Amino acid sequence: MKTLAELAAIRDKMQNKVTIREGEGQTRIVVGMATCGIAAGARPVLNAFVEGVADAGLGDTVTVTQTGCIGICQYEPVVEVFEAGKDKVTYVKMTADKVKRVLDEHIKGGSPVAEYTIDMAQK
Amino acid sequence: MKELSLNILDVAENSVRAGAANISILLSLDGAGWLTLTIADDGCGMDEQTVRRVSDPFYTTRTTRKVGLGIPFLQLAAAQTGGALQIDSEPGKGTTVKATFDTGSVDFTPIGDMPSTLATLIMGAPNVDFHFRHTTPDGEVVLNTDQLRATLGSEVSLAELEVIAWIKDYMREQYDRLGGKNE
Repeated sequence: MKTLAELAAIRDKMQNKVTIREGEGQTRIVVGMATCGIAAGARPVLNAFVEGVADAGLGDTVTVTQTGCIGICQYEPVVEVFEAGKDKVTYVKMTADKVKRVLDEHIKGGSPVAEYTIDMAQK
Repeated sequence: MKELSLNILDVAENSVRAGAANISILLSLDGAGWLTLTIADDGCGMDEQTVRRVSDPFYTTRTTRKVGLGIPFLQLAAAQTGGALQIDSEPGKGTTVKATFDTGSVDFTPIGDMPSTLATLIMGAPNVDFHFRHTTPDGEVVLNTDQLRATLGSEVSLAELEVIAWIKDYMREQYDRLGGKNE
């Protein structure tokens, strides 16, 4: 059973980590969570990224955040990946199932999954 | 929306954007099968004219687009069961959105995954205090972020991935104890 004591243990572990965060070379994964995104299934996509990043132990270098309407509602759920010194990659019509490949090949492996990107969707 | 919890996520995001410090989300199921949803915040509030317009799909506070569907979707979800939606708001004081649902209606949208909705809200706005309570005749599920914050102290954010995972599990266990009855 989850207890507040467990939460206190998480706090103690985190307090040691706080100082080494916010480093350079951060990767940002941004999920569109406006009405259009939510209705299209953005919540499970966001959760899959959050859980995937945590499971892979990438929490120190990768942040997962939410934003409003990106303006391409017909392509929701939309996910943007920002990496220092690289062009933004926009993934469209995302699903929780597609998240694993993005994490493995792009976030860990460094090469974007071309077939999920908006460039392919517009062809 | 496939789940009421998604409508709740969407409408509660409005409270976050209204600059609220406290947002309470209450779900209350009575013995006759009527569910009342109340989302109350202490954000910037709206004047009477704005309140009248938010139910209009062609109204939004955003300047980039011309439609806002959050409230109309929730209103539809309530109305299709025979329920209703009501908004009380005062500039400077906050907004309360209240919706009622007949859970016995074939058109009732299942509540769905509330732990994911709370986790998503807290991740997106870790400095806001969320007060969640879901009561049914069989028991209740409760989450108060001020209590979690007191345990975590000021240095550890509620948005930390491990904290979010804990919050989800903490709520899921409470729902399991309710007998898996999400509605």
